[in-house]
Amino acid sequence: MTSTAQIPEYPMPRAAGCPLDPPPPLRDLQEEAPLLRVRIWDGSTPWLVTRYEEQRALLGDPRVSSEPHHAGYPSQAARAAKGGSGIGFILMDDPEHARLRKMVASPFVVKRVEELRPVVQKIVDDLIDEMLAGPKPTDLVQAFALPVPSLVICALLGVPYADHAFFQDNSKQIINRDVTPEERAAASGRLAAYLDDLVAKKIAEPQDDLLTRLGERVTAGELTRRDAASMAVLLLLAGHETTANMIALGTLTLLRHPDQLAEVRTAEDPKVVAGAVEELLRYLNITHGGRRRVALEDIEIAGVTIRAGDGLIMANEIGNRDPAAFTGDPHTLDIHRPARHHVAFGFGVHQCLGQNLARMELQVVYGTLYRRIPTLRLATDFATLPFKHDGFVYGVYELPVTW
Amino acid sequence: MKVTVDEEKCCGAGQCVMIAPEVFDQRDEDGIVVLLEAEPDGAHHAAVREAVSVCPASAIQAEE
Repeated sequence: MTSTAQIPEYPMPRAAGCPLDPPPPLRDLQEEAPLLRVRIWDGSTPWLVTRYEEQRALLGDPRVSSEPHHAGYPSQAARAAKGGSGIGFILMDDPEHARLRKMVASPFVVKRVEELRPVVQKIVDDLIDEMLAGPKPTDLVQAFALPVPSLVICALLGVPYADHAFFQDNSKQIINRDVTPEERAAASGRLAAYLDDLVAKKIAEPQDDLLTRLGERVTAGELTRRDAASMAVLLLLAGHETTANMIALGTLTLLRHPDQLAEVRTAEDPKVVAGAVEELLRYLNITHGGRRRVALEDIEIAGVTIRAGDGLIMANEIGNRDPAAFTGDPHTLDIHRPARHHVAFGFGVHQCLGQNLARMELQVVYGTLYRRIPTLRLATDFATLPFKHDGFVYGVYELPVTW
Repeated sequence: MKVTVDEEKCCGAGQCVMIAPEVFDQRDEDGIVVLLEAEPDGAHHAAVREAVSVCPASAIQAEE
């Protein structure tokens, strides 16, 4: 038996001065063992899975559950332990997970995502026009990183243009750290009520968008209107802050690597930008709290026996830096490294449904922003930037830039 | 090379379509994989191998 004192706490802080790297102890733990016990906020000691291969194996294993109601599930925080509202298929196992996921899959089909590329390009260009016409320095997070995915989700759901401001304001409230939990819940409630009404309108007047498709499921009796609205809110939550953080943090990272930024800016082959997107997803791995699961049966892996009821945390932030899985030094940024097999979007049947939309948005953003504003630079000291150490998704709260 | 796909396992992540669009497609309504070429040309073999390795649901098999 390992004594209590030797069990490390998870998550752990990042090193001062290295906010783009995972916490240094994770690197040591990965070298030490593919799986080991850690202590989390509630005192429980789930397995931390440190290596890429074992993370993929367990995330793809049907004996491993995503449902937080099972004893031993390692909740991320007390507020998560209380359980979400609505029908979050993220926290369900198959077959119900698959049934619900398929209902919202159509806009994320690769061909549909490609059809949306010109729409995203226009959103990005318009926001850059506004930024260039406005005062500087400006906060890239508020002026650009948050509005891009919010407007893309509006397009995908079929939110009318006149309601974009309402939609964006409330979306921002949900992820604003300065609002009270009550205000956050109120914003979420306003969006759910709004989307509920909008589903009703789409049932009356069908259009080519996701809410219309969900409306068809409501009419067919497969979903309630409230469930349809909850699923739309879930897609917003899943796609808004994540993409926004990749836009801001990715830009910051490239500004810290000016040679690679110059390559992204001048590349004529779109594959260079696409490669940079994959490498930044790998390197930054913004979903930094570990993917949480619980074993439903005994599982033998890497010489360890995981018992039924043991909690599992796949620390993708270090899995994506595993030297056994990536060529060269995975602790450096290299936009030419083959990185498409990273686990930033997770693995297994829960792997991010919106990943190809996210990729396309980031390709448009990274492929446009630095060309349109070639002198873009940080307007403050790197050391003073406020990072989202406490966030479910990692990023920067603000990114003052000038040009 | 002989490629097979398992629609039951597929979770519609679409990585195979991104990597080997000549070999794989998706159903428009739910994103589930559609096999376009069960015996693809040699030019596509590397891409198929990559698609097999990144498929999150292990829904693609390639026999060589």
